[in-house]
Amino acid sequence: MNEKKNQTNFEINQVINQPYKYGFETKIEKEKFPIGINKEIINLISNNKKEPIFIRTFRQKALKQWEKMSFPNWANLTINTIDFNNITYYSIPKKKKQLNSLNEVDPEILKTFEKLGISLDEQKKLSNVAVDAVFDSVSIGTTFKEKLAKFGVIFCSISEAIQFYPKLVEKFLGSVVSSGDNFFAALNSAVFSDGSFCYIPQNITCPLELSTYFRINDKEAGQFERTLIIAEKNSSVNYLEGCTAPQFSENQLHAAIVELITFENAKINYSTVQNWYSGNELGIGGIFNFVTKRGLCLGKNSSISWTQVETGSSITWKYPSCILLGKNTSGEFYSVALTNHYQQADTGTKMLHFGQKTKSKIISKGISCGNSKNSYRGLVKMSENASYSRNFSQCDSFLIGSLSLASTYPYLDIRNSTSIVEHEAKISQISEEQLFYLTQRGINLEQAVSLLISGFCKDVFTKLPMEFATEADKLLSLKLEGTIG
Amino acid sequence: MENKLSFSVEKKTFLKIENLTASIEKKQILNNFNLSIKENETHIIMGPNGSGKSTLSKILAGHPAYSVETGEIEFCNKNLLEMSPEVRSHEGVFLAFQYPIEISGVTNYDFLRIAFNEKQKYLGLKEYDPLEFMELTDTFLKTLKIKPEFLNRNLNEGFSGGEKKRNEILQMLLLTPKLIILDEIDSGLDIDAMKIIYEAIGKIKKNNVSLIVVTHNPRVLNYLNPTHIHIMINGKIIKTGNLELIESLEKEGYDFFLK
Repeated sequence: MNEKKNQTNFEINQVINQPYKYGFETKIEKEKFPIGINKEIINLISNNKKEPIFIRTFRQKALKQWEKMSFPNWANLTINTIDFNNITYYSIPKKKKQLNSLNEVDPEILKTFEKLGISLDEQKKLSNVAVDAVFDSVSIGTTFKEKLAKFGVIFCSISEAIQFYPKLVEKFLGSVVSSGDNFFAALNSAVFSDGSFCYIPQNITCPLELSTYFRINDKEAGQFERTLIIAEKNSSVNYLEGCTAPQFSENQLHAAIVELITFENAKINYSTVQNWYSGNELGIGGIFNFVTKRGLCLGKNSSISWTQVETGSSITWKYPSCILLGKNTSGEFYSVALTNHYQQADTGTKMLHFGQKTKSKIISKGISCGNSKNSYRGLVKMSENASYSRNFSQCDSFLIGSLSLASTYPYLDIRNSTSIVEHEAKISQISEEQLFYLTQRGINLEQAVSLLISGFCKDVFTKLPMEFATEADKLLSLKLEGTIG
Repeated sequence: MENKLSFSVEKKTFLKIENLTASIEKKQILNNFNLSIKENETHIIMGPNGSGKSTLSKILAGHPAYSVETGEIEFCNKNLLEMSPEVRSHEGVFLAFQYPIEISGVTNYDFLRIAFNEKQKYLGLKEYDPLEFMELTDTFLKTLKIKPEFLNRNLNEGFSGGEKKRNEILQMLLLTPKLIILDEIDSGLDIDAMKIIYEAIGKIKKNNVSLIVVTHNPRVLNYLNPTHIHIMINGKIIKTGNLELIESLEKEGYDFFLK
């Protein structure tokens, strides 16, 4: 009987372990940039990008803060020491720096994005999604800029925003995540490369979905992108972030910051489908993904929703959070985090209720396979003033195989007596009976596992914009090929 | 004078189980089990709890938890034991579960369409798109008096016993199997549901299918016309006969057959 079980386990394992499709490297010449981090290098970055003084000052201040901090070690993660002086903090593809149209983009780069299934050609791409493509540290192009401009919507790279909309950037950059917030925030604030900037003016519902694809190509470079989204009163926008990287045997560092701000009645839906390279079966290589994502619901009745599908990266350390300041504001967090082989994830969210009658909802689904470690860490804080507020949290874990680990660390900090907090947690395994039912009806094992996992993640996938829900579903199936066991 | 010529058509052996010994978690359940089924036959298998009736069903369907120690099973001249559960299904084996399991997050509709199309693929036939499939399902929904809303619900989740059993039969109608194993199909059903289900089974019998009906309940005879009735005790068939067996059973219980 044990043999039979091993056989099924083996087959399931095969289903989950499909090779990483995006592991190819694009051969492109890049400008040489010195390794390491210090005041001079910061100035070099700023000069290279021709930044106004306020940004250079912002960076230098952050560097000083970072130099005083030490690497945090409270997470449930085992991390080899990172030598921060041995990383290149800036990388630009050599050919073009000022890109006015896609014609000026190095064709190799365009091909890369095509291979990833992301067409920058506006005709070919989904007609209702505008894309900003970031290759290593440079924004390659943003589609549909003119169409968006008609609505007053600004969607461009942050480097461009710094040039063309400095007042907006100066006002809001660092207002949600201050550079002193944590070790990686300080690092990012000092060396951030590029990222997306979105500004939705009052009363506008953004006519297109906005999305950014990040691609790390340079072996030795870290990627430090910075995204800032501002939704003025009565406005709304759906934003999607996608990420891939080639397969290298060294680890690569990714320390990003995303700041979201909503004014009265505004709404931002931020979705991430993350498929960084996770390292091979022995745990070698892969991206270190340390991200600070925070949304500030400033104006009353506004809302921010984070949806994430995390399947890649060797180490994932992120807690997309919401600060619910305005009265009646709401924050949501929907997450599917899949870990396999030797991946580690310590991820979750923080819902900080400061305003009255604020609401938050957390749905977290963790799937652990192989020898991986998957931890959910969540904080729900109800301050004294957050009367009549509500939180609902559901953390479900799905264990595949007998060697993986799932842990849950919920923190509840409740300081008023009129708020309600609910927490549910469930642990499941692949049910042999369910699998048998499906296979008896003619559905093969691989598909059956896929169906079960999709079913497990359904609550989260339905929150993704439709085009990306299918992509996420496919991604999960790919990642699961070979893991049953 | 009339010369009446009579022809007897030799029926093909559909399923042949020979000397089957099987166990689960090291406990032996089937004990040199033998059974032979021809096309268009309806075999009823009755027996006390623990006799191995359900085990037989699951082994025929290919449940991974059971080990077959000795014996052979031939189905349509092919080695059944060498086939995975999915292939057995495509070849025409259908098991209506006694306790159909719930699968959260998968809608009944998606599940049915995927199962149907997998068989179509296997047979080299065209797969149905959602609209075509809807049309096909519609007729069956009406026959089984299943409300269309059931298709949008999660598979078997929150279904009553009767609803689950009708869902099993719905799947049976869609997959057009050749060998249908009904594991206690009437358990937990009210009279109306039983009628609906047996009527559907009655109709499908016309298509050269064979049935193995595992049951406790002699009432099944009111609805199906069995060609063979078997009594199964301690992992093997100890008596095969006709309606008289049922009379003895009702009078004296299973002990009668152990004498």
